[in-house]
Amino acid sequence: MSALAPVSHRRRRVDRAARGLLAAATGLAVLPLVFVVFYLLQKGVGAWSVGFFTTDPSGKFFGDAGGVRSAIFGTLEMVTLATVIAVPAGIGVALYLVEYGKAGRFAAAVRYFIDVMTGVPSIVFGLFVYIVLVIANTGGASFAGWKGSLALALLMLPIVTRAAEVVLALVPDSLREAALALGAPRWRVMLRIVLPTARPGLVTGALLAIARAAGETAPLLFTAFYIKRATGDLNRPMNSLPAQIFTDVGQAQDRLQARAWGAALTLVLMILILTTLARVVSRRSRLA
Amino acid sequence: MQAGTLTQRAGRSFGERPARARVPDVVMRWGLTALAAAVLALLAYFFARLIGESQTALSRFGALGFVFDNDWDVSSSHYGALPLVVGTLVTSAIALVIGVPVAVATALYITELCPRRARGPLTILVELLAAVPSVVYGLWGFFVLIPKLRPVQQWLADTFSFLPFVGGHVAGPSYFIAGLILAIMIVPIVSAITREVMATVPSDHKEAALALGATRWEMIRTAILPYSRAGISGAAMLGLGRAVGETIAVTIVIGNAPRIGQQVFDQGYSLAAVIANEFGEAASIPLHRSALIAAGLVLFVLTLIVNGFARYFVVRGQQGPKAAPAPGMAG
Amino acid sequence: MSPHDPETQMTDPPTDPATAAGETGQSTAQPPGRDGAATTAAATGRRITLDSLSAFYGDSAAVRAVSLEFPPNEVTAIIGPSGCGKSTMVRCINRMHEEIPRARAEGKVLLDDLDVYEDGVDVVAVRRAVGMVFQKPNPFPTMSIFDNVASGPRLSGARGGDLRDRVERTLRGAGLWEEVKDRMDQPGLGLSGGQQQRLCIARTLAVEPKVILMDEPCSALDPVATLKIEELIAELKQRYTIVVVTHNMQQAGRVADTTAFMLDGELVEHGATDRIFTNPGDSRTEDYVSGKFG
Repeated sequence: MSALAPVSHRRRRVDRAARGLLAAATGLAVLPLVFVVFYLLQKGVGAWSVGFFTTDPSGKFFGDAGGVRSAIFGTLEMVTLATVIAVPAGIGVALYLVEYGKAGRFAAAVRYFIDVMTGVPSIVFGLFVYIVLVIANTGGASFAGWKGSLALALLMLPIVTRAAEVVLALVPDSLREAALALGAPRWRVMLRIVLPTARPGLVTGALLAIARAAGETAPLLFTAFYIKRATGDLNRPMNSLPAQIFTDVGQAQDRLQARAWGAALTLVLMILILTTLARVVSRRSRLA
Repeated sequence: MQAGTLTQRAGRSFGERPARARVPDVVMRWGLTALAAAVLALLAYFFARLIGESQTALSRFGALGFVFDNDWDVSSSHYGALPLVVGTLVTSAIALVIGVPVAVATALYITELCPRRARGPLTILVELLAAVPSVVYGLWGFFVLIPKLRPVQQWLADTFSFLPFVGGHVAGPSYFIAGLILAIMIVPIVSAITREVMATVPSDHKEAALALGATRWEMIRTAILPYSRAGISGAAMLGLGRAVGETIAVTIVIGNAPRIGQQVFDQGYSLAAVIANEFGEAASIPLHRSALIAAGLVLFVLTLIVNGFARYFVVRGQQGPKAAPAPGMAG
Repeated sequence: MSPHDPETQMTDPPTDPATAAGETGQSTAQPPGRDGAATTAAATGRRITLDSLSAFYGDSAAVRAVSLEFPPNEVTAIIGPSGCGKSTMVRCINRMHEEIPRARAEGKVLLDDLDVYEDGVDVVAVRRAVGMVFQKPNPFPTMSIFDNVASGPRLSGARGGDLRDRVERTLRGAGLWEEVKDRMDQPGLGLSGGQQQRLCIARTLAVEPKVILMDEPCSALDPVATLKIEELIAELKQRYTIVVVTHNMQQAGRVADTTAFMLDGELVEHGATDRIFTNPGDSRTEDYVSGKFG
């Protein structure tokens, strides 16, 4: 060791302390996830039963509280409709930005406002829809499932667009030029070459947006409302898992609280499946 | 686009592509442009309607009066949003104070310190925090965090009572609990953006520091942190934007008391929470409804400002610190 | 590390050049001229010995069992075509190689008689004894000229007047003082490429190492800046052991006492620079120095 001047103890101690602190903070960051998952499993699995998935909430404070069937159906229905609206629209806007708008001034404005949209709180989207469609009783009813879907779609649109723009821009120009050189019109190039090449990335973006929308409560409260029975009719008020959980949390009744945990576990599992799917799809696309 | 016109021109000159063959191209181009324009128009329309619907309340109390009046009293139809604004700001500030250091530390640990093999799994774990829905955090916060942390909160209140805004009787639901849950919720986004920014630190600078005989921590301090400062500020602002707009989790754990709490362990209310909570009863009372929509407008404007700052910082952060205006760059 | 440390105060650019000269004269008590060498003349370099050193990236070997000696106060040039492992080999000497994911080294690197890879050897201490100058000038972008040079000494606690003296001494030693003394608080990135590289050399010297590794230090520079660095190398060898990696054979011929030729991770031969270029012992060396490949 004689050849080296030793490093001072203080510096080593500081280094070790700092590393320890950073590691501890990382542990701290992950800790809530561990706790949330633990309690979800502990309290949620107990609430599950066949009846939990096959009956609607009874609305009774005492006695049989019923299950969450209407909430599961409502979430599935509304999120599906929201996806049908937001994914094509979002990808369309991204296509415009990448293929036509490019660095132009209008495209810059679109990009900017899409960015603004990602920062808008979900409850504000709910308010938008409430003001425009619910107050006006559009479609004959005030609260309706399709209005909830619209609020969710507004929330999903910027997520889909931003993800899609990134992957569409990654499609090499040489591919486009090769197809154009063959005499293919531009719209065919976009549909046949650009979109399929970017497909895995588009799917990933869509799945992440769906996962985000599925967990949202606030925009649904004053668009789709909360109702006990499953109707399947998107022009009627509609239940959803998040709304069901939110309603049950406020009830000082063990059964209802248990149902909230069961519904939460169901919801988290649905979202987990979607995000895992998104991850798998994006990994596969990177390998390809 | 140039290539497109070229094909068209070629088609015409060879007489092989009749005019109607170009129709799909034109439709596609203008259809997509119209779609993009429609999104902007929709946004503008929403904003206008939001302002319009809040007029009843804003003209009654005045815009400034609405925001700075410290009395939200539904029973006497008086709506002053100050308690809500304060609640939103206090809980978001608590979230930043707790969440940002943890998120930055996590990003540093994942990018610079942890064993390579743990990097992927750790990243996924932190990102999964974002996959838990707001209402589930609220549920967990209400049934687990509040009862478990009650003694902790009381201990903090008693021990640090010499600090301003700390002390007194602990309510259970509180600004602090809401801020803590918000902190958990913003960690993934702040950490993810911080990691992206840190990834742009050129390895040149890290190697330069290490070659000078810097320890790992000293390398982080000399090479990484100064370089990513702007980006980290941007990440924090984005986190703030999230915290300000977060609704359901806060609604469940903040206590929903429409007054300004004297301590961080007091119950309070936030802009988003009041909207979520009072909408049912307000639907048929125009003034109350308008007041809630005005609260939404205030919230919207608040997030616009915060996110504007965030964008500015993030863009600056990703460009890295700029070189001085080039005297002698040529030499 | 704060840019507001008191010692940065004196480096504010004085408005009047006459006062500037006066102030510098007072504050440093240095004899005029470029005599950094004189003040630390006692310092000598250390001997580096590689003993069957191999280096790997994952499973592929970039350096294979190289044994080589770098005598103190001499300049040794490592030449060879790109990809031959010369940079990797040099990065093993101050253990920078291991900073690359999945990279590792085997064999011994002796600093005098201490193996820097031995268990219990502090890598930080190794790097303070063996400084390194990189291919691309890499001043810290957020720091001023002063802070860049001061960054190393500050790590070990240098502050105030001592630090100021040390920064000036090393900047003189790197032949940069006269060019930057009036703008010490300006960003290091504002300098020209050649000045930036000399700033990086000064930053390395400020840690007071025994050995200086230079990894293609001139490859990003124009001929005039290159010449300045080469003159500096010739001067620095009075006090340091210097290892220069270069793909430029003329440069090796100009600065090096000894030259080693590497090919495919192996050391082909090494010896006095004159001999390697005029009378190589291996036909591959001859092919390379006569420009047949590489």
